[in-house]
Amino acid sequence: MEHDRPDPDALLARVREEQARQQRGKLKVFFGAAAGVGKTYAMLEAARSQHEAGVDVVIGWVDTHGRAETEALLPGLEQLPPRMVEYRGTTLREFDLDAALARRPALILVDELAHTNAPGSRHAKRWQDVAELLDAAIDVYTTLNVQHLESLNDVVARVTEVPTRETVPDSILEEAAEVELVDLPPDDLIRRLREGKVYVPEQAGEAVRRFFRKGNLIALRELALRTTAARVDAQMEVYRRDHAVPGIWPVAERILVCVSPSPFAARVVRGARRMAAGLRAEWVVVNVEIPATARLPAADRDRIVQTLRLAEQLGAETATLTGHDVAGEVLAYARRRNVTRIVLGKPARPRWREALFGSVVNDLVRRSGDIDVYVITGEREGPQLAATARPAPPVDWAGYAKAAGAVAACTGVSALMLPHFAPANLIMVYLLGTVAAARLGRGPSILASVLSVAAFDFFFVPPIFTFAVSDTQYVVTFAVMLVVAIVISTLTTRVRAQAEASRQRERRTAALYAMTRDLVSQQGLDELLQAATRHVAEVFGSRVAVFLADPDGNLVRRAGDLAAETNDPSELGVARWVLEHGQLAGRGSATLPGARALYVPLSAARGTVGILAVVPPSGESLGTPEQVHLLETFAAQTALAIERVALVDEAQQARFRSETERLRSSLLSAVSHDLRTPLATITGSASALVEGDAALDEATRRELAQAIQDEADRLNRLVHNLLEMTRLESGGIRVHKDWHPLEEVVGSALARVEKQLGQRRVDIDLPPDLPLVPLDPLLVEQVLINLLDNAIKYTPETSPIEISASVEDHAVSVRVADRGPGFAPGEETQIFEKFYRGQEAGTRTGAGLGLAIARGIVEAHGGRIIAEPRPGGGALFRFTLPLAAEPPEVRTDDG
Amino acid sequence: MAETRTGGEGEPTRLPANGPVVLVIEDEAPIRRFLRPSLTSQGYRVVESETGEDGLLQATSRQPELVILDLGLPDLDGLEVIRRLREWTRIPIIVLSARGAESDKVAALDAGADDYVAKPFAVGELLARARVALRHATLGREPGESTFAVAELRVDLARRRVWLGESEVRLTPIEYRLLATLVRHAGKVLTHRQLLQEVWGPAQVEQSHYLRVYMANLRRKLETDPARPRLLRTEPGVGYRLLTD
Repeated sequence: MEHDRPDPDALLARVREEQARQQRGKLKVFFGAAAGVGKTYAMLEAARSQHEAGVDVVIGWVDTHGRAETEALLPGLEQLPPRMVEYRGTTLREFDLDAALARRPALILVDELAHTNAPGSRHAKRWQDVAELLDAAIDVYTTLNVQHLESLNDVVARVTEVPTRETVPDSILEEAAEVELVDLPPDDLIRRLREGKVYVPEQAGEAVRRFFRKGNLIALRELALRTTAARVDAQMEVYRRDHAVPGIWPVAERILVCVSPSPFAARVVRGARRMAAGLRAEWVVVNVEIPATARLPAADRDRIVQTLRLAEQLGAETATLTGHDVAGEVLAYARRRNVTRIVLGKPARPRWREALFGSVVNDLVRRSGDIDVYVITGEREGPQLAATARPAPPVDWAGYAKAAGAVAACTGVSALMLPHFAPANLIMVYLLGTVAAARLGRGPSILASVLSVAAFDFFFVPPIFTFAVSDTQYVVTFAVMLVVAIVISTLTTRVRAQAEASRQRERRTAALYAMTRDLVSQQGLDELLQAATRHVAEVFGSRVAVFLADPDGNLVRRAGDLAAETNDPSELGVARWVLEHGQLAGRGSATLPGARALYVPLSAARGTVGILAVVPPSGESLGTPEQVHLLETFAAQTALAIERVALVDEAQQARFRSETERLRSSLLSAVSHDLRTPLATITGSASALVEGDAALDEATRRELAQAIQDEADRLNRLVHNLLEMTRLESGGIRVHKDWHPLEEVVGSALARVEKQLGQRRVDIDLPPDLPLVPLDPLLVEQVLINLLDNAIKYTPETSPIEISASVEDHAVSVRVADRGPGFAPGEETQIFEKFYRGQEAGTRTGAGLGLAIARGIVEAHGGRIIAEPRPGGGALFRFTLPLAAEPPEVRTDDG
Repeated sequence: MAETRTGGEGEPTRLPANGPVVLVIEDEAPIRRFLRPSLTSQGYRVVESETGEDGLLQATSRQPELVILDLGLPDLDGLEVIRRLREWTRIPIIVLSARGAESDKVAALDAGADDYVAKPFAVGELLARARVALRHATLGREPGESTFAVAELRVDLARRRVWLGESEVRLTPIEYRLLATLVRHAGKVLTHRQLLQEVWGPAQVEQSHYLRVYMANLRRKLETDPARPRLLRTEPGVGYRLLTD
C-alpha cells in the first residue's frame, strides 16, 4: 500500500519548490511558432483583463511594430518610459530594469524574452532581466518564439536554414508558472505576412522571407505544439506525484553524454537534453581528458568548457574524467552512476584514421554490456560556429631550424664514422638525432625523420651525392627508417604532452591546495582574507580585493588594494548586484561586461557573504572559461573559510551569552534575596520608629535605630561587592602597583572591619624584616577585608582570627586563618566561584562574591589564592603577591 | 532654591542660636534632609544649596564658617567649586564623595579641601571632621599652641621633643618632621603629596614609598600594635591622619 502514498521527502521537496515559487514572481510565457502569430496581442489582452480585475499592471516593454490593432490595447495601461542607450552614435531604446524594480508593480509586461540587450546594460540578455524581476517577486508576462528556445535552436536552424543567435535557456520556460500557446495556422500567417501585418526588419528582408516558407511554418508550429504538449505532460506527472495517482511509472533512466572538443558537441548536448526531457531522466555530461587534450589549441579547450557550461544551463550535471582509455573511463563512470543510456556524437573522422587509431564509438559499443549506446549525427553545426575558426598556431621556425641542424650534426658524425662502420650503423645515429628532435614538437620531429632519410640516402648510399639508389634493398631500409623515426617522435611528443598536461593539472591543484592549507591555518578573519587575496593575485596575475557585507548589508573592502578601481559608485553597483544575486558579473562575463573588475560572489552554505573583485593586468581579461572556473573554485574555498571563521565566532558568542545568562540569573537570585533581607529590616524598623514613636521607650528606639544602621552597613557592603565584581569582570579594574609595607595594608583593612570584629581576637604575625611589596593598596586591602569578612561570617563570635605573612620563593605569602568549621570536602575550589555560598551559610546574607573578588584581585596581581583546611581545625586562606623586582632602597636617617 | 532656616522644626532650642553658619552644597534632597537636623542639633546654623553656582553665591552672601560640599553636583564639578572658593577665602571645606573614588578625594584635598567624608557615612564622623576643621581655622588666626597631647603621646613642638607616657621617644629628624606635620594638622587628613612636600620638599613628591617606610618606623616607635594603629591612621589611597580622640 505504501506505493499509494507520496514519498514524504519528495513531497517536502515539492513544498519547498512551491514556496520558492510563491516567493518569486510568476512568469507567464506567450509562446508561439513564429513572429506574427499574435503573441503580443494576446499578452496585452490578458494584461487588460488583469488590469480590469484591479491588478497593478505596468507595461515594461512592448513592441507593437506599429500595428494598429495591437496599439489599440495600450491606452489605459501604465507604460514605463524606455531607457535610452547611446551606442556608436545611435540611440537605442531598451527596457529599463531599474525603473521597473523601483516601480515594483504586481505584474509587468516584458515583450520579446529572447532579446539581446544593448552593450552597457546590466545583463547581456533580456531573459536575465526577467529573472531578476521574478526574484524581486514581480509577476511577468512575456513572449517567446519556439526558435529561440536553447534546446531547439539547432533543430530550427536545420529546418529553416536560418540561424538564430538569440536563445533563451529551457529552464526559463520550464520554471514558468504558465505557458500559453498562441497558435495560428500557417496559411493565415502567410496571409498576414502578405498583408504587411507581420513585422519584418528591413535589413534582413530576404532571410526572413525565406524563414516564412510554408514548410518551415508547419515544422515550427509542430515544434511549438510539441513543446507545449511536453510541458502539459510534465505537469500531469507532477500532479500525479502530488496526489499519488497510481499510474505507469517510467523506469528511472539516467543518461550519460560524452562530449569532445568537436564543434558538434553542443549539438550532441542539445539532442541529449531532448532525450532526457522526453524520458524525464537525469543526465550527466562528461568530458574525458586524455593526455592529448592538453595538446589541443586553447580554442578547443574553451569549447569543451563552453559545452559543459551549456549542459549545465540546460540542467545537466557535468563531470570531467581523466585517463588514457576514453571508452574505459566512460563505462566505469556510467556503471558507478547506474547510467542506462550513453549518448555520443558520430565521429566525423575519415575511415582510415578509425582503422588506424580505433574509434571510441566502436570501443564503447563493444564493451558497453547492458548499457544502450546512442550515436547522434555529427553534422556540422550552424554558421556561427564556423565563424569561430581555430586560429592557426604560430609556426615554430626555430624548431624546424633546430631539427634541420640536428640532422646536419648526425650527418657530420656519420661522415666521421663511415670509414670504420657499416652504413647500417649510421642509421642508428640518425635515429638518435630524430629522438633528440622529438623534443622540439611534432612538426620539427617529422621534418627530422624525413630529412634523416634524405641525408642518409644522399651522403651515404651509393651512388653518393645523388638521391638515386643503386641497390633496391635500400628502399626497405628507408621505409623502415622513416616509420621508426616517426613512431619514435610521435611517442616522445605524446609523452611530453602528457607530462605537460599533468604538470598543468598539478599546478592548478597545487595552487588550490596551497591556498586551502593557508586558509585553514588562519585564525582571524583579516589574516584569512589577506591570505586569500594573496593567493588569488599570485595564481591569476591580477590585482585582487575582497569585500564583505557588514551587518547593514553594505559592502566594505576588507583586503586587497583595488581602492582606485572600486571606489567608483558604478563599480560598487556591480559588486552590490553580485552580492544580491550570488552570480558572477563584471569584466569578461555575460553580466555587466563593461565593469573594470570581474566580481565573483563568495557564496557558502549560508548565502553570499562577500565579493572577490579581480582586475586582470590592463588590456587582458580572464578570458577562458577554464580560468573563470578556477577562479570560482578559489572563491568557493575562500567563502568556506570565511564561513568557518564566522561559525567559530558565533560559537564563542553563544558560549559567552549562555555564561552571561547564567550569571544574570545567579545575580538576580542573589539580589532578590540578599538585598531584600536588609531592606526589610530597615523598612520595618524605620516604620516602627515613625508610627510607634510615643509608645516606644528610649532603649527600644535605640535598638531599632541600631538595626537600621547595621542592615544599611550590610547593604552597603553588598552593593560594593557587586560593583567591584562588575568592574573586575568588565576589566574596569586597573592595578596601580606601588611599593607598600604589608603592615599598613593589614592595618587599614582591620580598621575597616573593626565594627564587625567586635570583641573578636585578631592575632597578627608579620615579621619585622618583611620587604616592601609591589601591590595596589586599595585592592589588596579589599582582599583582606573579604577574607576577614568571610571568617567573621562563618565562625563563632569568639573564635580568633590569625593573619600572618612570610617571604616564599620570590613572593610574599599572606595567610588568613580561622578556627571555624572549615570546608566541606571538595569545597576548597568551589568557594572561589561567583555566587557560591558555603554549605554552612544557611541564612547568612552575602551574594557569594567576596572570595571571587579576592581571587580576581590576587590574580590581577599575578598571584594565586588557595583555601585549605587548617591543621588543627578551621579554614586557612593563603594568597601570594609576587616580588617582581628588587624593592627600592630607602635610606633612613637612623644613622 | 536656597532655603535658610535656623533651628529645625520641633527641635529643642537649648542650643545657642548664634552657632557657626554651615553651607551645605548638596543636590540630593534625602542627604540634606538628615544633614539639616543633625547639624542644627549641634548648634550649627544651616544654609543649603542645590547647585554649585548657587553655593558659590551663598558663600559670598552668607559668609559661612564651614562648607560641606558634595563632589557630584549637577552643574559644576566639585573641584571647580573648591578652586573658585579658594580664590578668595580660606574657610574650611569638607568634601562628600563616593567610596572607591579615591583619586577624586586626593584631587579635592590637593585643590584645597580640608577633609573628606566618604558616602555612606555616619553623622558622627561628619561632625567630628567639622569640629576639627573649625578648630584648625581658628588656630590659623591665633598663635598655635606649642604642645600637643593625645592618649599617651605628648609632643613639645617648641623644644622638638616627644614622649610616650613617661618615657621620651627618640626620633630621627625626618621622623620628627613627619610627626610634627601631622601634629600641626591633627585630626585632619593629609595626602601623600602634602606630607612629602612638607617633610621632604617639593622635589620628592613622587617618592611615596619613602613616606610609607617612615610612617611604618614612626608607628613602631609610637604605637603599641603597629598593625592596628590607634593614632597614626592610614586613609587608604588618600594619605594619613593623626587621630585626636
